[in-house]
Amino acid sequence: MVNPELAGRTYPPTAPYLVGRETVRAFARAVQSTDPLSLDVDAARAAGYADVVAPPTFPIVIQQTTLEQLLADEDAGVDFARVVHGDQRFTFSRPIVAGDELVGTMTVTSVKTLGGNAMVTSESVITDLDGAHVVTATSALVVRGDA
Amino acid sequence: MSAPEAGRLAVGEIVAERELHVTRDTLVRYAGASGDFNPIHYRDDVAAAVGLPGVLAHGMLTMGAAVQPVVDWLRAADPSATVADYQVRFTRPVVVDPELGATVRIVAKVGALDESGARIDLAVTVDGAAVLGKAQVRVPLPA
Repeated sequence: MVNPELAGRTYPPTAPYLVGRETVRAFARAVQSTDPLSLDVDAARAAGYADVVAPPTFPIVIQQTTLEQLLADEDAGVDFARVVHGDQRFTFSRPIVAGDELVGTMTVTSVKTLGGNAMVTSESVITDLDGAHVVTATSALVVRGDA
Repeated sequence: MSAPEAGRLAVGEIVAERELHVTRDTLVRYAGASGDFNPIHYRDDVAAAVGLPGVLAHGMLTMGAAVQPVVDWLRAADPSATVADYQVRFTRPVVVDPELGATVRIVAKVGALDESGARIDLAVTVDGAAVLGKAQVRVPLPA
């Protein structure tokens, strides 16, 4: 059962994640992107970026490392097998570019119970190593109760 | 398909349309690229054991693929422009048949216009039924 006192809890920043060029390309191909900025270094540089630009949903990879903290927290009571993704949002200050080193810090913003289910909303703030904001990833997870 | 310039856009106008075919291969590729190895996205036995109608596409694969037609449209006017904000609600799972796969249809329309840019609304359907709700992309527009 989800701990109702989880709301407001902030987890420690994740270890820095180095965004690799081939990782960006593999992710872009996996979401069926044909964007030259994600696939071609020369096209990305011609557009003013240091390296290939990650697709808009790439921050999920870093957000996942923050959500793993929640799933590993026994006191939180979130059972991964019962989790269904409800909502997802990404709000950017700038796109993610290969070569970035990024850190995610997650806060549980609300816990609501609806019938036997719980809705856990979290916000993962993703910054560079200087602390500058890159993107905030917000998720609502529905945790199904006992059937 | 018009270029993304505020003066030439109208609310309700379709800016991009695409049909994507998703197969089990697509799901395995996404699992590897994203690190999401939940077995409900590649094992029929596990999907059945947790009461699902079949192997499902990752919601984040649908979300990720659905925005790409908007990215391509944006590039046509400004090669350096990127998405400012993107949100969806997962309203219905996409079941991926082992032989037939699934076809995801995406229609992107101008939902709202203001000085800072445009809100593009995505209609994302499988067999005519919406699989994403409130799918909205904020994009900047060249001055």
